[in-house]
Amino acid sequence: MSRIRTRSRWSSVVIFLGPALGAIGIFFVLPVLAAFIMSFTDFDIYSLGNWEYARFVGLANYSKLLDNPVFWQALKNTFYFVLIGGPLSIAVSLMAAMMLNSPLTRLRSTFRVVYFLPVVTTLVAVAVIWRYIYHPKFGLLNYFLSFFDVSPVDWLGDPVWAMPALILMAVWKNFGYNMIIFIAGLQNIPRDLYESAMIEGASPWQQFRYITLPMLAPTTVFITLMTIIGYFQFFAEPYVMTQGGPLNQTLSIVLYMYQEGFRWWNMGFSAAVAFVLFLIIFLATALQMRLQKESTH
Amino acid sequence: MKSLFHHIMLTLVALICLVPFLWMLSASFMSPGESARFPPRFFPENWTIEHYQTLFDRLNLSRYFINSVLISSAVTLLSLLVNSMAGYAFAKLRFKGKETLFKSLMAALIIPGQVTMLPVFLMLKEMGFINTYWAILIPGMASIFGIFLIRQYALSIPDSLIEAAKMDGATDFQIYRKIILPLCKPILITLAIFTFMGTWNDFLWPLIVLNDQDMYTLPIALANLMGEHVQDTELMMAGSVMTVLPVIILFILLQKYYIQGIMMGGVKE
Repeated sequence: MSRIRTRSRWSSVVIFLGPALGAIGIFFVLPVLAAFIMSFTDFDIYSLGNWEYARFVGLANYSKLLDNPVFWQALKNTFYFVLIGGPLSIAVSLMAAMMLNSPLTRLRSTFRVVYFLPVVTTLVAVAVIWRYIYHPKFGLLNYFLSFFDVSPVDWLGDPVWAMPALILMAVWKNFGYNMIIFIAGLQNIPRDLYESAMIEGASPWQQFRYITLPMLAPTTVFITLMTIIGYFQFFAEPYVMTQGGPLNQTLSIVLYMYQEGFRWWNMGFSAAVAFVLFLIIFLATALQMRLQKESTH
Repeated sequence: MKSLFHHIMLTLVALICLVPFLWMLSASFMSPGESARFPPRFFPENWTIEHYQTLFDRLNLSRYFINSVLISSAVTLLSLLVNSMAGYAFAKLRFKGKETLFKSLMAALIIPGQVTMLPVFLMLKEMGFINTYWAILIPGMASIFGIFLIRQYALSIPDSLIEAAKMDGATDFQIYRKIILPLCKPILITLAIFTFMGTWNDFLWPLIVLNDQDMYTLPIALANLMGEHVQDTELMMAGSVMTVLPVIILFILLQKYYIQGIMMGGVKE
């Protein structure tokens, strides 16, 4: 028996872990470090041909960034998306999960598949459809709203409405994912809790407030965390729908980083943008965990 | 009565999810210009399959389709192998620093992937992999999420099974091959669907590393089409149908495994 309890042979460890850790090391850890170093250089299109052209510039990229109104605009837009879109998508996911999980529901798995369909579909194709739904002249949304006497809106072309339009599309596309996690959480709540609450005459709202929400707290914390991290990386929707326009009103941090890096090849500057985003996500995550700890004590 | 109202609500949400897709399907069969009318039409007046013909005959769609199938399958197979090996090691091998190593991998998940795009691009360029499928295959072969999924699942395999095999003289590789892989089949299928769909739908990275039009995957070809044929709504709708149909079919067939994976990812840590 004692022989088995001992450590595995190093050769096995190396063979089994080597490929994965090697790939993660080379294509994730190393690039993160490289990007960090790059953010202190003026790496640009000339340095692409010959790396020796890149020079260390200290914190110049970062100070340039903080002086740049476009960066602040992108930051504002990203927070707009996270703070409005995040809670909205979590609320929709929770409502859909509760509807599906209700004992009244027939054809549960069919509804589940349908609700999940937007999640699995290709964003570029979804963008083709939604650009048309939002079309100012022929779009379904304006047509639908015309029944309520709302005059046509140029959803993607209007600086005020472009961001809400992207949020709506993102919620539509993503809510099914968190919904599944919420369903798993709901199924872990013992049914008899609700039964005894009903005997004592608790209203549906009271049941939700005093049973569902507290029992679901660990799931909600997890989902909030993942949603915040994911939504800060807002990119694909504005990239395919608006390219950041109109008037930079949908330009997100990641889109800004992408444009600076891969369109203008200001790679040092772009890397600095990436690290500012990383810092923000890190702080937001830490803050959320802190709040969570305080509320449980 | 309450049940009726409940199901009306459920159906309403289902319609919101479905109508965009149904409309895409319907518009793809409309004759040119029919979708640009007010009020919008939900069904074609003159049914036509000419947009699908254009896609296949003139726009080389079958080529992009094959590219997408090939690259998604290759990434899936390679990543299944690499991630299952690492997941097994983290679940069942005993070595110093295992927990620390695993925790640091998990912590790395909060680093936005976009940070690495520029350096990885430069690295692949130096290696001469830009404009080859290696540029998609190699960085995609290991994923922290994949390792996590397999490890969680493999942890539930009883140690006694592995110890018994060791008593019989099985090597670590034989244990992986004969015990872990067969028992992990459900989660391997889950990971396979995740990876396949992820690669199929991925758009940004292929766009960055592939320049040659003949190598395009479906989403890039579709994005390209959006740029060139922005007026041909019906044609773009047909292109969208061809892009999403395979993933929708795959999802409906294998949804059990897909949903199981999300639940596993959501329950622990």
